[in-house]
Amino acid sequence: MQATTQNNVNITNSTLQFRQDFAIIANWVKFGSKVLDLGCGDGALLQFLRTGMEVKGYGVEKNDANWLACMKNGSNVIQMDLEEGLSGFENQSFDTVILSQTLQAMHHTEEIVLEMLRVGREVIVTFPNFGYWRNRVQILTGNMPVSKALPYQWYDTPNVHLCTINDFDQFCKNHKISILERKVLTEGAEVSVMPNLLGNLAMYRLKSH
Amino acid sequence: MQDNHSIGIVAAQKAHFNAPLTLKSGAVLPQFELVYETYGTLNAEKSNAVLICHALSGNHHVAGKYTETDKNAGWWDNLIGPNKPLDTNKFFVIGLNNLGGCHGSTGPASLNPATNQPWGSQFPVLTVEDWVNSQAMLMDYLGIQQLAAVVGGSLGGMQALQWTLAYKDRVRHALVIASAPNLTAQNMAFNEVARQAIITDPEFHGGDYYAHGVVPRRGLRIARMLGHITYLSDDAMGEKFGRKLRTGEIKYSFDVEFEMESYLRYQGDKFAGEFDANTYLRMTRALDYYDPALPFGGDLSAAFKQVSAEFLVLSFTSDWRFSPARSREIVKALLDNERTVSYAEVTAAHGHDAFLMPDQHYHDILRAYLSNIEV
Repeated sequence: MQATTQNNVNITNSTLQFRQDFAIIANWVKFGSKVLDLGCGDGALLQFLRTGMEVKGYGVEKNDANWLACMKNGSNVIQMDLEEGLSGFENQSFDTVILSQTLQAMHHTEEIVLEMLRVGREVIVTFPNFGYWRNRVQILTGNMPVSKALPYQWYDTPNVHLCTINDFDQFCKNHKISILERKVLTEGAEVSVMPNLLGNLAMYRLKSH
Repeated sequence: MQDNHSIGIVAAQKAHFNAPLTLKSGAVLPQFELVYETYGTLNAEKSNAVLICHALSGNHHVAGKYTETDKNAGWWDNLIGPNKPLDTNKFFVIGLNNLGGCHGSTGPASLNPATNQPWGSQFPVLTVEDWVNSQAMLMDYLGIQQLAAVVGGSLGGMQALQWTLAYKDRVRHALVIASAPNLTAQNMAFNEVARQAIITDPEFHGGDYYAHGVVPRRGLRIARMLGHITYLSDDAMGEKFGRKLRTGEIKYSFDVEFEMESYLRYQGDKFAGEFDANTYLRMTRALDYYDPALPFGGDLSAAFKQVSAEFLVLSFTSDWRFSPARSREIVKALLDNERTVSYAEVTAAHGHDAFLMPDQHYHDILRAYLSNIEV
């Protein structure tokens, strides 16, 4: 992995290449706003938003190595377990709360989405669309899907709550969550026709009803 | 073996202050001395100074050794030195013995200039606020207008907090480790038992034992034994001693039979031989009294409104005397005010003592945070 240095901050090239969702998230976040990134990993998104959008950002990360990488990147990072909720954060205290490609690995899926809507005026959730046709083909041929977006074997995957775009739409409807915007990507390109079949990555901008 | 990352031979210095210091209690110290050590070099801009605040039984000897043959290095030597996490090639590090201490700064065993006798019971009760005020006077004395960082664990962490509240323009970063925004009733209860052990020792003489040529050793020893129990986790004690017997067999006596007893007695005896009981009483009281949210009706977020420093808050998973939940209260108050803060809960087995241990991840965190500080 090659690393580039900008303002004493390391961002790996591979991170930027594969996280095509960053640009869309940056479009959904207001300039100079206050952002909470849940499961922030090494802080690459926060770094991207801080330099590009001048956001005041905080990350939440449970894993020690990720936490340390995030702190080295110059991000504020709070170590806590998302499964326990967001009790350290006040109601509506952030402009945007982001959960990027982590929803599917959460045990308390419903709770975390509701907690995000409590803490954030807007919420961004992204996840790999299990309804993507390549996943369907692998299931039809008799195997659990393994791909770049779902790079795990059935026995070692952290993903416990995979869903399709249709499922998540229904989830929002049931919980009276307003979908302000939805974008679906495949290999970085936007998909507008039959997104639940042709889309690999689902991105939602949400708000409480 | 030569330690290439050691700061090497160090020497303590003394600063004398002739101006009277009015304490939070209203008492006035007519004059006082602070003993301190420094490591590294103060840069021309005087922008690289880091103050280390000590905990209950600490002192100014934070790093290095006094002689080549010195068996023990300073109490946080694993953290501070050339290329160590708190790198003395970059920072100018200051350690001091707090006012009321017993390692060279003016304290209960010092002579009261009014009577030319040891202060003893007449030495005032001190607070964290008083310490920080006297530390700021030491920074004036050293010509340091603004600290790059204040670092402290436990009671030292409270002093780091207090710096950001009382001298917000004089500190850029606070590293608050294994600390709390105040003590819980349970935590204060341990202090009260420790004080009662000392005060009820027949050789305490109301605090004026110096005149009698004795020290309340028994009380101080029990106070320290109790402290040590609370600084370790149940698991750490289990792993270190378990139910191990010293001689391998039960003797049906009240002598030292279990290894744990041997450890506690050794620690108690060692401490009673070198620490002043009057200082111990005052250090525990300073812990009890500290409560920056009190003037704000208990609202810590309101207390932190004025803070401008950047924070690193750390806790240890097995620390039950200063639990992670207490550190999270500090973090929440900072988040409520949109301050710059990072928080880590370090997985450690050692309980409260973990903040003094050279755990790899813990030190990686400190190294990373400190290397991001611009001087």
